[in-house]
Amino acid sequence: MTASPVVPSPFLRLRQWWTRPSAHPAKVAQFDRPLAPWLFVAPQLLIVAIFFYWPSVQAVTSSFYLEDPFGFGAAFVGLDNYREALSSTEYRNIAGFTALFAATVTALSLGLGLLLAVKADAVMRGAGAYKTALISVYAIAPPVVGLIGMMMFDMHIGPFTKAAALFGWEMRVGIDYRDTAVALITVAVWKQIPYNFIFFLSGLQAVPSSVREAALIDARSGWRRFRDVTLPLLAPTGFFLLVINITYALFDTFGIIDVMVKDKPANNPITLVYKVYLDGFKGNDIGGSSAQSVILMVVVAALTVAQFRLIERRVHYG
Amino acid sequence: MLKTVSLATLVAALTTTSALAQTEISWWHGMGGRNGEVINEISMKFNEAQQACHLTPLSKGTYEEALASGIAAFRSGEQPNILQVFDAGAATIMAAKGATIAAEDLIVQAGKPFNREDFIAGVRNFYADADGKFVGMPFNSSAPIMYINTEALEAAGVEAPTTWEEFEAVAPKLKEAGYIPLTASQLTWMFMENFKSRNNQQFATNNNGYDGIEGTEIIVNDDNTVMMFDKLKEWADADLFGFYGAGWADNQKPFEEGKVAFWIGSSGSFGGLQKTATMPFSAEFLPYWASLGEGTQSFIGGAALFAMAGKPAEENACTAEFFSFLTSPEIQVYWHENTGYVPITTAAYEMAKAEGWYDEKPVAEVGIQQLMLPGGEWTKGYRLGFFPQIRSIEEREFNRIFSGEVSPKDALDTIQVEANALLAKFAKTAN
Repeated sequence: MTASPVVPSPFLRLRQWWTRPSAHPAKVAQFDRPLAPWLFVAPQLLIVAIFFYWPSVQAVTSSFYLEDPFGFGAAFVGLDNYREALSSTEYRNIAGFTALFAATVTALSLGLGLLLAVKADAVMRGAGAYKTALISVYAIAPPVVGLIGMMMFDMHIGPFTKAAALFGWEMRVGIDYRDTAVALITVAVWKQIPYNFIFFLSGLQAVPSSVREAALIDARSGWRRFRDVTLPLLAPTGFFLLVINITYALFDTFGIIDVMVKDKPANNPITLVYKVYLDGFKGNDIGGSSAQSVILMVVVAALTVAQFRLIERRVHYG
Repeated sequence: MLKTVSLATLVAALTTTSALAQTEISWWHGMGGRNGEVINEISMKFNEAQQACHLTPLSKGTYEEALASGIAAFRSGEQPNILQVFDAGAATIMAAKGATIAAEDLIVQAGKPFNREDFIAGVRNFYADADGKFVGMPFNSSAPIMYINTEALEAAGVEAPTTWEEFEAVAPKLKEAGYIPLTASQLTWMFMENFKSRNNQQFATNNNGYDGIEGTEIIVNDDNTVMMFDKLKEWADADLFGFYGAGWADNQKPFEEGKVAFWIGSSGSFGGLQKTATMPFSAEFLPYWASLGEGTQSFIGGAALFAMAGKPAEENACTAEFFSFLTSPEIQVYWHENTGYVPITTAAYEMAKAEGWYDEKPVAEVGIQQLMLPGGEWTKGYRLGFFPQIRSIEEREFNRIFSGEVSPKDALDTIQVEANALLAKFAKTAN
């Protein structure tokens, strides 16, 4: 029997790329005792089991029940909670906005992050100050970002609102659905650009100068060099960031949204995660919000599989 | 220096040891800012007033967060002795029969005097069961009242309205004088719940939900309620009513800045408003519709304290001790004067009056007077499950009215349908 070659998992490959440059091939450690490796991974497994698997199982279980908030009684209702969520227009609208929000935030923050990184890469003088200014935004916590966004778009005193008024756009963030959506997307993108910037910049700096010089001989147009040489070399970074950015837009924007809608979403756009929180924690509807979180889990799992199947194939890991 | 420090440590250690002999009880609440500080001051007063019990208050964030934390803690057996639950969450905790001990039972069992008649009429029923027994201990109670920018009245040469009809008469003059005539915070509480109470309108079937959970349905798309919201929309379109979203502060701020003539806020806002208002102000009752009646008392807002079940007898005795302490006139007056919430007993009200507090600050009396107005068939309160979620639905639909997406009638129809679906679900949950 011949041992089949071990195909590294996508993220393992990502990590290999990440930890470049590696002049030496990875060392393979051998354990004498079969139990030893398990011992080493046990703490990690325990954490994953306690903080991920156990709550997941609980969420799935309670999604089939209608439960008294205080835990005195629970009635099995089968798929009722799912049926209710999926048939509600409110829920569908929120799902629609979540898709739009995730797509827009990901596209804009990747695009702008890349643009800034390419430009910063070319800067010779004062590069440090320039980069620090761009990166520093990343150190701000999401709720604080939300607070800054709230002030920027405030109906009475917000500079953005005033600027929009100059163009005849009467922004009513908090009342008008679309205005609030614009404000949320702007703030969420602003927060994420530095993250993408750091990764793209380091990706760009990892492009060997020999390759750049060779490209310079082949093409005079800067855009063509970027498109044909730099961009393919950045693809692994881009793919990694795509996964991270979608996750960010879906989950990590919670703090921004919570602060910007001021704890009272009313008719303002919110994402599915925020809806889970609203129904579960503010509404005390445990079964309903569990069903919603299971739906979200399934969607994200499907999305991740699709990303790896469809996009990752086209990515070339150097 | 070092000696002083170690001495201090020693003293601290000794005090802690002596404190161990006391029975520890805990109180989770949802108040911040000045109100949170006053809670700490009251707890300290309680700890100093007696030796047997030691009370530790802990802020859990907002009202909703306090309730959510209390529920989560109860499920894992870590509940506090006392949990503050806000008006909208009352049905949730009261439907969970084994989660709490009725405050009245607790106090009576501890051998303390308790008389329902001591409490002012407006607070007697809201947290009581169908027989009138106090389940929750009324604590911070407030009423929605109308704050008045006196400069605006002078500029326009008008009087403050007592009815909405009078408001319609004076509003155009205030607009001409350069003021936004009206803003309001939390329309759910002001123009839904207390539109019902001030105009003595039925809010839900089953005696506003008091008689049972099964089959209780909300009534919000009736002609009168539709009329109220049609009017609000009409006023908003005519620039007589400014609406700045569901957030409380966004609607209060223009009033503080002196741009607004009337702001519908909470009597509990008084403490803060004294510091933030840039102009002199007074207050009057929340207006009512003369076309619908004489103007009855409003529902109390705010929150009550619930004694959580599953605690040892000596701790429950301390909780009872604290509840009695809290309703004493001295403490009530202290709370009232420092926060703006109304005193909940007649004795405390009389005491504040005798001290001359209302001569000094007439605005502080408006809330309690409104709660002491004659009641009607539908003014004692409401008991509706999943009510925080129902309020969220209302907030969503109200915003849609003012952004021009839906008509008031359509919005109220939507609320009617969605709220009743939630109530039906709550009935299933509670069984």
